[in-house]
Amino acid sequence: MSNSNWPLWEIFIRSKNGLAHKHAGSLHAADAKMAIENARDVYTRRMEGVSIWVVRSSDIVASSPADKDFLYEPANDKVYRHPTFYEIPPEVGHM
Amino acid sequence: MENQALLERFQNYVDAENKIEAKDWMPDGYRKTLVRQIAQHAHSEVVGMLPEGNWISRAPSLRRKAILISKVQDEAGHGLYLYSACETLGVERDALIEELLSGKAKYSSIFNYPTVSWADIGAIGWLVDGAAIVNQVSLQRTSYGPYSRAMVRICKEESFHQRQGYEIMIALAKNGNEAQKRMAQEAFNRWWWPSLMMFGPSDSASAHSGQNMAWKIKRHSNDELRQKFVDMTVPQAEYLGLTIPDKDLKWNESTGHYDFGEIDWTEFNEVVKGNGPCNKQRLQTRNKAHEEGAWVREAAMAYARKQEERQAVSAA
Ligand SMILES: [Fe+2]
Ligand SMILES: [Fe+2]
Repeated sequence: MSNSNWPLWEIFIRSKNGLAHKHAGSLHAADAKMAIENARDVYTRRMEGVSIWVVRSSDIVASSPADKDFLYEPANDKVYRHPTFYEIPPEVGHM
Repeated sequence: MENQALLERFQNYVDAENKIEAKDWMPDGYRKTLVRQIAQHAHSEVVGMLPEGNWISRAPSLRRKAILISKVQDEAGHGLYLYSACETLGVERDALIEELLSGKAKYSSIFNYPTVSWADIGAIGWLVDGAAIVNQVSLQRTSYGPYSRAMVRICKEESFHQRQGYEIMIALAKNGNEAQKRMAQEAFNRWWWPSLMMFGPSDSASAHSGQNMAWKIKRHSNDELRQKFVDMTVPQAEYLGLTIPDKDLKWNESTGHYDFGEIDWTEFNEVVKGNGPCNKQRLQTRNKAHEEGAWVREAAMAYARKQEERQAVSAA
């Protein structure tokens, strides 16, 4: 692998104001400025975005799939966190 | 030996129509098949720019030229989405490009045919992108998440490709003069059979298709997709007043599909092996572009490093 290999960037796009940035894909670029310019060219050619974030892929820290249990367990055994856990008499109406 | 329990859990997960994501456990064969298939798909998008690029400077009007540039630019984007999806499986982009440039990797054989007249550009958009859409719509439901998302994005962009091609064909075959009509028919004759070959070998001859269907990498068989394409395309050709270059093509009342003649698999295999009309030229062009762009890639990286160093100094 040559040293001139451009680093990988993850691209996040806000499709319109009021919505959060969402992961759109990735691309290689020499620096952040080029990453934004290339992201504009490939991911927003049809007005898909009003704002772009670029993050070096190597800077992203991800949970590992092995942690799935640890992530979901607290939700599974704490059903009282969901509104459907509680019974409200029909006479009371919508709550 | 892979753990039988893991394999079973994987199969159940896939059977329940769940998507596999990059960091999930997957069988080695699943990963290998995906890397090969997604890379081939990416290479096809990239090499696919060449036959059409051939006509950008000679498009018959400014409108057609702008449309063609836009379409070719989309294909470059498709290549990028697919390379990115492939990289999530742990392969480096450079390694993928290297395999394309050295001739080791395969790409869709259709792009080894020449575009000799402007009508070929119409035929490509209509038939080649049309066939690609049939395949890609099916792949939107592939079990690998990043591949599926790339397909969804690509499908959104493809429909304009086919429509602009069909519009070119209308102008020539329906509204054109005698010479233009002839040009359209000749282009149609050139692209019809290679388009049917795009779906790959017939199911009886296709080696890996059983496992790939079980893993839901592929969702429909080659023959199913090919039939779908034929059924869709025949009425479109009739509207244009074009004759389908297949004496065996006829509507089959009992199956509700068009029957069509045997594909020339000898031709298909020859082009796959590298003996198509343009295989050498396509690879030469890619290699030349890559070599001539080397200094740009290096200069951009050198500039980025220098900027970083300067920032580090001024921050200190
Ligand atoms: Fe494409
Ligand atoms: Fe296309």
